[in-house]
Amino acid sequence: MTHHPAGSLLAASGLRKTYGPTTALDGAEFSIHPGEVVAVMGPSGSGKSTLLHCLAGIVPPDAGSITYNGQEMAGLSDTQRSALRRSEFGFVFQFGQLVPELTCVENVALPLRLNGTGRKEAERTALAWMERLEVDDLGAKRPGEVSGGQGQRVAVARALVTGPRVLFADEPTGALDSLNGERVMELLTEAARSTNAAVVLVTHEARVAAYSDREIVVRDGKSRDMERAV
Amino acid sequence: MSIGHTLLGLLESGPRHGYDLKRAFDEKFGHDRPLHYGQVYSTMSRLLKNGLVEVDGIEAGDGPERKRYAITDAGVSDVALWLATPEKPEPYLQSTLYTKVVLALLTHRNAADLLDTQRSEHLRMMRILTDRKRNGDLADQLICDHALFHLEADLRWLELTAARLDKLAEAVTR
Ligand SMILES: Nc1ncnc2c1ncn2[C@@H]1O[C@H](COP(=O)(O)OP(=O)(O)OP(=O)(O)O)[C@@H](O)[C@H]1O
Ligand SMILES: [Mg+2]
Repeated sequence: MTHHPAGSLLAASGLRKTYGPTTALDGAEFSIHPGEVVAVMGPSGSGKSTLLHCLAGIVPPDAGSITYNGQEMAGLSDTQRSALRRSEFGFVFQFGQLVPELTCVENVALPLRLNGTGRKEAERTALAWMERLEVDDLGAKRPGEVSGGQGQRVAVARALVTGPRVLFADEPTGALDSLNGERVMELLTEAARSTNAAVVLVTHEARVAAYSDREIVVRDGKSRDMERAV
Repeated sequence: MSIGHTLLGLLESGPRHGYDLKRAFDEKFGHDRPLHYGQVYSTMSRLLKNGLVEVDGIEAGDGPERKRYAITDAGVSDVALWLATPEKPEPYLQSTLYTKVVLALLTHRNAADLLDTQRSEHLRMMRILTDRKRNGDLADQLICDHALFHLEADLRWLELTAARLDKLAEAVTR
């Protein structure tokens, strides 16, 4: 049953996931190419975040296949999967992703430090990304000392600092007003395009989804690819 | 939009020729739809007849666009009144979309599919506008935002309807 579109970087088919009596995913499909921004839409509770977690290797599906770069994810050990997550994937969520005790630049540099990069070099790269996201002046502040919009840009910088090939974003602008949300989307998609990263963007906001190249809709754990549907 | 009031408003900062008025209008407001000279001419003659503008001079040659117009005091009051009067909000009660959804339910077709397809169509337009906004100046941004917010409102209605399809089906097929 593994039939994945040719040339896709990340693809999934027949994904199933249940939590006790709840069926979160019921045969969901997904595929994304390098440099593509795909919006995942659909009602609350339909399985969007579960799909994202499965695709990112955070949650194992009960059934179905996920391939990254042609490699079956289920075939990887836990260690290999977390290594993959650290080096190839970036994450942006709605809230609370920055470590409050660290300064903003230390937060952005953190993924590089975890991958073994020295402090100086990590912070230099971090600052370059913060500059792209227009928050390089906040380096010395702690997350508690910056605004929601600024914190979200710092989080985007942190997600991109390792040069991930896939950026997973779950309601990245959910806590922002529309002007800030759109600026974050603009910077995020620009940065992703320039590095040819793929972006999986879960959102219920149409104005945010308008920054994507195409959308899929998840309903009752099933996905619908609107490009192929029309 | 009232072309008369807009041209009148443009005249408030000083007299202009017909061609100059058209150029100013197109540049500021005519993004997708430039005015025809005929529209400028007929609008200006109406304003002239109503005493809201006067002819301030005529350039050599002929053609209505060579007339130079100036706004009158009555014209200035008219602009002020127009600006001070709120626009009537569109009631948006005649929705083709609503009709389609109900008909789909009545005829046992897939209404959820219809809504998904419509969302997709709306998003396609929103992507075009978002692109234009991204590459445009502030005027482009404001104009596109206005359109984007309206499309977004349609989509919010659509999501809400999608979430209530079962109830709606019950209500319309009873
Ligand atoms: N860890 C969990 N334990 C139990 N049930 C879960 C868990 N995670 C998700 N679910 C259930 O699975 C279903 C899908 O949840 P999911 O978080 O994927 O929805 P969603 O589409 O992201 O919703 P939202 O738009 O509200 O974020 C829901 O019914 C949810 O309650
Ligand atoms: Mg969610």
